[in-house]
Amino acid sequence: MFLKEYFGSIYRSARSLLKGMKLTGYYFTHPKEIQTEEYPDNRATLTMFDRFKGEVTMPHNENNEHRCTGCQACEIACPNGTIKIITKQELQPDGKKKKAIDTFVYHLELCTMCNMCVLACPSDAIVMGQSFEHSVYDKRQLKKVLNQPGSKIMEGVE
Amino acid sequence: MKLILDISFSSFATGIHQWLVGAVHSEGLVKVIEMVIAGLALLVFLVPLCFILGYMERKVAAFIQVRLGPNRVGPKGTLQIVADTIKLLFKEGLTPNASDKFLFNLAPMIVVVTSMLVMAPIAFAKNFQIWDISIGVLYVSSISSIAVIGILMAGWSSNNKYSLLGAMRSGAQIVSYELSVGLSLISIVILAGSLRMSDIVMSQENGWWIFKGHIPVLISFVIFLIASTAEINRAPFDLAEAEQELTAGFHTEYSGMKFAMFLLAEYINLFVVSAIAATLFLGGWMPFHIGHWHTFNFVMDYIPSSVWFLGKTFAIIFIIMQFRWTFPRLRVDQLLTLEWKYLLPVSMVNVILVTVMAIMGWHF
Repeated sequence: MFLKEYFGSIYRSARSLLKGMKLTGYYFTHPKEIQTEEYPDNRATLTMFDRFKGEVTMPHNENNEHRCTGCQACEIACPNGTIKIITKQELQPDGKKKKAIDTFVYHLELCTMCNMCVLACPSDAIVMGQSFEHSVYDKRQLKKVLNQPGSKIMEGVE
Repeated sequence: MKLILDISFSSFATGIHQWLVGAVHSEGLVKVIEMVIAGLALLVFLVPLCFILGYMERKVAAFIQVRLGPNRVGPKGTLQIVADTIKLLFKEGLTPNASDKFLFNLAPMIVVVTSMLVMAPIAFAKNFQIWDISIGVLYVSSISSIAVIGILMAGWSSNNKYSLLGAMRSGAQIVSYELSVGLSLISIVILAGSLRMSDIVMSQENGWWIFKGHIPVLISFVIFLIASTAEINRAPFDLAEAEQELTAGFHTEYSGMKFAMFLLAEYINLFVVSAIAATLFLGGWMPFHIGHWHTFNFVMDYIPSSVWFLGKTFAIIFIIMQFRWTFPRLRVDQLLTLEWKYLLPVSMVNVILVTVMAIMGWHF
């Protein structure tokens, strides 16, 4: 009984070790399985995956319009004060005043790409971008204004 | 064609010997000069070998882990290891203030010198051997166990608890696994009837021991691979360095060329262990022959003996490298359980089986 258990354990362990070696041998003989990419060489064709979080961006349409209402939900949601929104009162055609953004300041150097601002945004004005080459020599260049000059809010976004 | 095939390492060595005998008329001086030449030839062989093994290890690791490995310096990254060596050459060889400075500087030398000494009785090609000593196998197993002194010395003199722990683990490990290595070597010695390396190779003229010796020799080959992997402190038995637990174990405090010497010794040990496994179990430089297929055997004879030897050695090196990148590291208690409860009893019974087989003449 003891011997059966003893040789059984040797057999089981040898089988599991050989199973592991079979897998690594498969990977060794199949270079097509290689997952890594040669980054600086394939820069032209490199596409990141959909869920990649590179930086916060504000998409504008062809009429230079964005969807940001200036509600500041993202600024409140941000855990480390990355976003500062400066608002202004805009005069509507019907004479009423309405809140709108003047500048959407985004401090990339503080951002941890946690995605909470995007989740908090009620009007889907900001999304996570795919670019990741953010290195600069001067940290002031990391302070970005996301709304383009002269842009205004899209029709129908409240 | 005939001329090219006649050139071999042994004819080269005999040529040098005859030229020296003619040029120098003192027998003692000829011996000394030949020793110097042999030592230099070994060094010239070992340094590129370590480069090749270093590159091979990184590439094998990369492909097994579905990566590309070094591919920037030189074509396909072949010069990466040269760049690393140059970097190590320019690094400061730091000696910690509270260490035992004499032992600290001596330890890497001992480790490298012992691993180089083991190269002496290895038959690299037909009639090409540095020292055909009559107790070759015994010499190999006894010299290789001196390396643990160097490792213990490095761990103790560093005056660092991680180094000491790593060195102590290495001591326990090598003392245990030495037994299994010895017993698996003995099974071949019983079959070949000699401790001399050239006799062991010649006894495999009609077939390698791994084929001639049935299952018992196969078992002792597997035991030899496992136990010698443990003896040269390679993963999955690398408790002595255990990067994740002990920073780098016994060579934590070493830097620059002193660290490079430990690295060199690791690769030389890897080569030596594989060369001995190839010599004892796979027939050394003997070509592969199949029974009565005369044409096949004739073609195999035309492949140079050094190519056979290096081919077998590198095949075993590859298996040991695959062990490293496949299996997880053992715990200390698991390590000792494996040796004392599994490898040692199995190899003891195995030696009895081999002895019975040799006495009854059941092998081919």
